[in-house]
Amino acid sequence: MSQARADSFSATASPTSGIRAQKVRTLWSNSWRQFQRHRLAMVGLVVVTAIFIGTLVGPFVWTKKIGGVNFADASLAPSLDHPFGTNDIGQDLFARVLWGGRISIAVGITSVLASISLGTIVGAIAGYFGGRIDGWLMRLTDLFLSLPQLPFLLMVIYLFREPVRQMLGPELGIFFLIVSVIAVTSWMPVARVVRASFLSLKHKEFVEAAHALGVQTGRIIFRHILPNVLSPVIVAATIGVGGAIITESALSFLGLGFPPDVPSWGRLLYDSLNFLEVAPHMAIFPGMFIFLAVVSINYVGDGLRDALDPRKTG
Amino acid sequence: MNRYLLRRVLIAIPTLLGISFVIFAVLNLAPNDPMAQFALNPGIPFEVRENIRRSLGLDQPWPIRYVKWIWTLVSTGDLGYSFNSRFPVAQLIMLKLPVTIWVLGSAYLISILLAIPIGIISAVKQYSIFDHFVSAFAFIGFSVPTFFTGVLLILLFSVNLHWLPFIYDSTLVVKDTDSLIKLLKQSAMPIMVLALFQTATLARYVRASMLENLPLDYVRTARAKGIAERLVILRHVFRNSMLPVVTLIALGVPGIFGGALITEQIFRVPGIGSLVISSIETSDTPVIMAVNIVYALLVVAFNLIADMVYAFLDPRIKYT
Repeated sequence: MSQARADSFSATASPTSGIRAQKVRTLWSNSWRQFQRHRLAMVGLVVVTAIFIGTLVGPFVWTKKIGGVNFADASLAPSLDHPFGTNDIGQDLFARVLWGGRISIAVGITSVLASISLGTIVGAIAGYFGGRIDGWLMRLTDLFLSLPQLPFLLMVIYLFREPVRQMLGPELGIFFLIVSVIAVTSWMPVARVVRASFLSLKHKEFVEAAHALGVQTGRIIFRHILPNVLSPVIVAATIGVGGAIITESALSFLGLGFPPDVPSWGRLLYDSLNFLEVAPHMAIFPGMFIFLAVVSINYVGDGLRDALDPRKTG
Repeated sequence: MNRYLLRRVLIAIPTLLGISFVIFAVLNLAPNDPMAQFALNPGIPFEVRENIRRSLGLDQPWPIRYVKWIWTLVSTGDLGYSFNSRFPVAQLIMLKLPVTIWVLGSAYLISILLAIPIGIISAVKQYSIFDHFVSAFAFIGFSVPTFFTGVLLILLFSVNLHWLPFIYDSTLVVKDTDSLIKLLKQSAMPIMVLALFQTATLARYVRASMLENLPLDYVRTARAKGIAERLVILRHVFRNSMLPVVTLIALGVPGIFGGALITEQIFRVPGIGSLVISSIETSDTPVIMAVNIVYALLVVAFNLIADMVYAFLDPRIKYT
């Protein structure tokens, strides 16, 4: 560590000498090096990136329509013309899986961003201020932890589907609803982790120094303490994306997610259930993508956990 | 210990009250009308509908209904009547519970019995081929969603091999070996789906916990005393590693009930999970409330059990 600091120091101190420091080892480059050692995490990263780019760019390249009805091509097995086959009303599954990926990944990332922000704010406030605020916030966290997640999700979505749909439209409405219920039922573990770290960090010298310099409370929380809590939050966020994709698929699978014209992966799997005997490919491809995306994301999370662990920095 | 137990139970009460209040509030703030099913029926005029509403007590404001609901529950244990079937809710739950417990219980038992030896072996032989295989299996096992495993099993065992039925027959009564085999056949896939997921999760915990204990001093002492390696592992390391695992097994029970919701839906198992979904779809408020309370009760109770078991197994922990 001191070596790294000396390197970067000499690099900045004598820019004119022409001798560049060979390697500037920052915290992030160290973590990246550590991450690369986790072979499966690297494979996961490649797969996730491929799925990501595929769903973003894919619909522009593979221009078959995802809507429309064409009974002449119904339930076709995979072929060159339709790599993943077609569904019961003749729509190309490859196009639908690509579109579905956009939706599933968008739900995953948005809901995790929301749940991480909520959890971080609650945890930071509880840990920093302590006392009665901490007591109440943690009581609230416990309450949400004891809430039966899946039945509660189903109930809220069923009850509020119609009004939200009328307010925001059929697609945006259900998207907003699913993202917010996933966020509201999954912020608690992050809040606990952040709170615990804040409790131990808030009496450290660097915080005292910031106080002494007259830094404002909000700035101390967000600029001084929060960066130290980042690694468990990043790991939780990564794994949370996989969890949110599964939750969204589960909701769609139970018929309470997106409408049939919005083909999320879970919805595609749900639609395939009645045709398992005649068209098993309708189930296998969307299911494979959910599985691949989630396994890869989990491996990336596993790799990040190792890479960001300061005890393992090499 | 007793005082600790008492305090824990007392803390659980406001949690349960809070949960029931949140669920009741959500149910009643939603613009959904349990009477909506009658609105489209021309045979039921407006006045009759209002009378039904009044007879069900739905004309009162919801905070009052909540207080009444909780008071009846606490004083008489009565969970009310289902709006749809006019059946007492408690009876309805009791009717569905055995199926769920049969499927979940066997799945959980199987996964515990599998996960413990798998976890031990893969920890003792760390970085062996077996260990790599187990780690990969465990990682995949808990990443693949149960609804996809369920669909794959149906494709394999029902559609292709025709070995197992993929719809659970609730009318089946076990009275001889034939019907017993039938029951086992129709429960096999739901149990497999749940057991796969749970085995994967538990095996990881067992392995991690064993690995934490293996390099400790007491293990070296035991070996130095000349105890056979088998006994060192089974008597010394295994017992100590089981402490956190037992807690996790207890804490996992509410989760497996939640996961069963999906599994029951795939295989049409008529248990608690399908009751939740059907009651939500028909806005059957009393049933939704009751099932959610049962779920919350499970969470709270098993948290308590986990702590108790831990204190009982580990004499180093003293609760006062």
